[in-house]
Amino acid sequence: MAELTYREAVARGIAQEMARDPDVVFLGEDIGKAGGVFKATVGLYEQFGPLRVRDTPISEQAILGAAMGAAMTGLKPIAEIMFSDFFAVCFDYIANEFAKSRYMSNGQVKCPLVVRTGNGAGSRFGAQHSQSVENWCMMIPGLKVVAPSTPRDVIGLMAAAVRDPDPVIFLEHKSLYSVKGDVPDGEIVDRLGIASIVRPGNDATIVALALMVPRALAAADKLKSEHGIDCEVIDVRSLVPLDTRTILGSVARTHRLFTVEENPRLCGWGAEIVSIVADEAFYELDGPPVRITTPHIPLPAADILEDLALPSVERIVERVKNAMES
Amino acid sequence: MAKIEDRALAPNASLNDDIGEETRLRMYRMQVEIREAEQRAYDLFLQNLVKGTSHLSLGQEAVAAGCAAAMKPGDLSFCTYRGHAHTLARGVPIEKVLGELMQRDNGLMRGKGGSMHLTSVDHGVMGSYAIIGAHLPIACGAAWRAQYKGQKDVSVCFFGDGTTNIGAFHEALNFAAVWKLPVIFVCENNLYMEYTPIGDVTAVPHPAADRAAAYGLPRIVIDGNDADIVYRTAAAAYEKARAGGGPSLIECLTYRYSGHSRADPAKYRPEGELEKWKERDPIKIYRERLKQFGVSEDIIDAIETYARRRVDEATEKCKAAPPPAVEILTTDVYANGGFAWRN
Ligand SMILES: Cc1ncc(C[n+]2csc(CCOP(=O)(O)OP(=O)(O)O)c2C)c(N)n1
Ligand SMILES: [Mg+2]
Repeated sequence: MAELTYREAVARGIAQEMARDPDVVFLGEDIGKAGGVFKATVGLYEQFGPLRVRDTPISEQAILGAAMGAAMTGLKPIAEIMFSDFFAVCFDYIANEFAKSRYMSNGQVKCPLVVRTGNGAGSRFGAQHSQSVENWCMMIPGLKVVAPSTPRDVIGLMAAAVRDPDPVIFLEHKSLYSVKGDVPDGEIVDRLGIASIVRPGNDATIVALALMVPRALAAADKLKSEHGIDCEVIDVRSLVPLDTRTILGSVARTHRLFTVEENPRLCGWGAEIVSIVADEAFYELDGPPVRITTPHIPLPAADILEDLALPSVERIVERVKNAMES
Repeated sequence: MAKIEDRALAPNASLNDDIGEETRLRMYRMQVEIREAEQRAYDLFLQNLVKGTSHLSLGQEAVAAGCAAAMKPGDLSFCTYRGHAHTLARGVPIEKVLGELMQRDNGLMRGKGGSMHLTSVDHGVMGSYAIIGAHLPIACGAAWRAQYKGQKDVSVCFFGDGTTNIGAFHEALNFAAVWKLPVIFVCENNLYMEYTPIGDVTAVPHPAADRAAAYGLPRIVIDGNDADIVYRTAAAAYEKARAGGGPSLIECLTYRYSGHSRADPAKYRPEGELEKWKERDPIKIYRERLKQFGVSEDIIDAIETYARRRVDEATEKCKAAPPPAVEILTTDVYANGGFAWRN
């Protein structure tokens, strides 16, 4: 067991897979010699050399296009897009190309690749460097989408993503990079599509993702100690495939559903979960499901405003308490 | 702006026989077969048997034939929606292509891709891409794999003049040059985007070649209607790439006879332009070339008759083929064969 930061876990997860399989290659801007702008890939260039860890020009389309071409012909590339907001300048590859080529070619073309990216707010970077874009990705048939919340999960899900035969969008949360956590020694490999109950509880189910997981956990502690409300917290981990069974099972026990989403409200992943629960577990519910989200706004830069925009521990406590009491 | 008069159309192509009879006959057969198949596709469209859209390369056959004839097995082609010619040139059966255009179960992708996405991995046709410029970076990636694994295949990427103004073109050219990738970019300059003449919207007369210097590449403009010239230029570029010399950008001057897509009557062309280009029809040029090299009229006729027969046979097979099986609607979204996104 070792204590690692989330950012160290990124490098360890990639190294684990590169050491295992020589077909795993890694490309992106400033990822090699510089170790990444978030210092999440430090040491990989030294360990695996310039042929496997390649610095690219500032060409997001070339990065994802090249990853796709390499994947189609036998490599297993990991491509970094520095900030997930930059998906907007290379979205063709995400939405039109590697997501659809298998289907359009009637199964001939395979794209086993991973796009990893810094996602989410908290750094006071403003509207173009802070977004949570999981819902941009989740709606595209052909993609898988994961977002780890702990250093251990970074490694396990990275391994699952690299070994997966489909294109996987791997969302690292920028505000989690410095968070520490215990990581077992040796190889860690998860499966995609498994949510985890990170705090068992009886009164309500709170479903969260990435940075919202520690906030939901902190809120659950307060709800219990200050209000006697015992919440179960589920870390979704993988949006596609989505572990609806774990969520539906929890709701069947607690009879209440809350989602905590960093993405702006419209078409957030929580809406899909609420709709599934409404469809399939309506009569289990003792009250209306509640979505706690960032409002339908671009994110502001100022700390006081950004903090107001994202679901906070206080807001989660407030919304859950009010809903449970009404 | 490039006018036809300004173009460096080839003088009498060299008669030195570096190409050889077998390759020449193969290139002629390819061109004729592509011409016949595409004309048939147009007829079938008029009969409402080709649905959706289709983009013909009538008049541009020499680029497809010359580039493909110079390839080796294992080399990879990346095409656009105007990709029937390049697909056929790699040896994909006519029936598979027409079947896809006619949305039949015998189509190359069983109707799941359509005319704009012809793909046959077994033939090295790694896809036809309908988002302008998207496949240039993808071809770079395939070339990167060859470089990384020490494999000797080249990736050849075809696109139009209009594609030189999109960002992905410039990203790919720089990327390929910096990484010295074994990728060949072939621009088919047919003078038009969909409807607008390329010269109206481009800062330089030769949309591809005049950009080559920006990426440290030699300026190459050739007569794209002469399959011999295309073949020689392509072969040299492939050889350079295989030897680790990096990418090439080749601008082929050519012309499409039909409109942009099936519904376009191409009214935007100046009078006489089409006729002028038809005088330099690639198939006409090549027929004469074969005769200059002593190929008998009988052999040439036989090639043409054979091509027609093959297209006729393919057409009949496609007409008899059923539509795609409905079960395939949800297959192959993910690698497990299905489309499940939840448990
Ligand atoms: C990104 C993008 N923009 C626009 C289009 C619509 N479009 C399809 S073909 C075409 C013209 C392309 O011209 P060119 O590159 O010269 O190729 P050609 O059709 O002449 O072979 C356009 C604008 C598209 N498919 N993708
Ligand atoms: Mg054109």
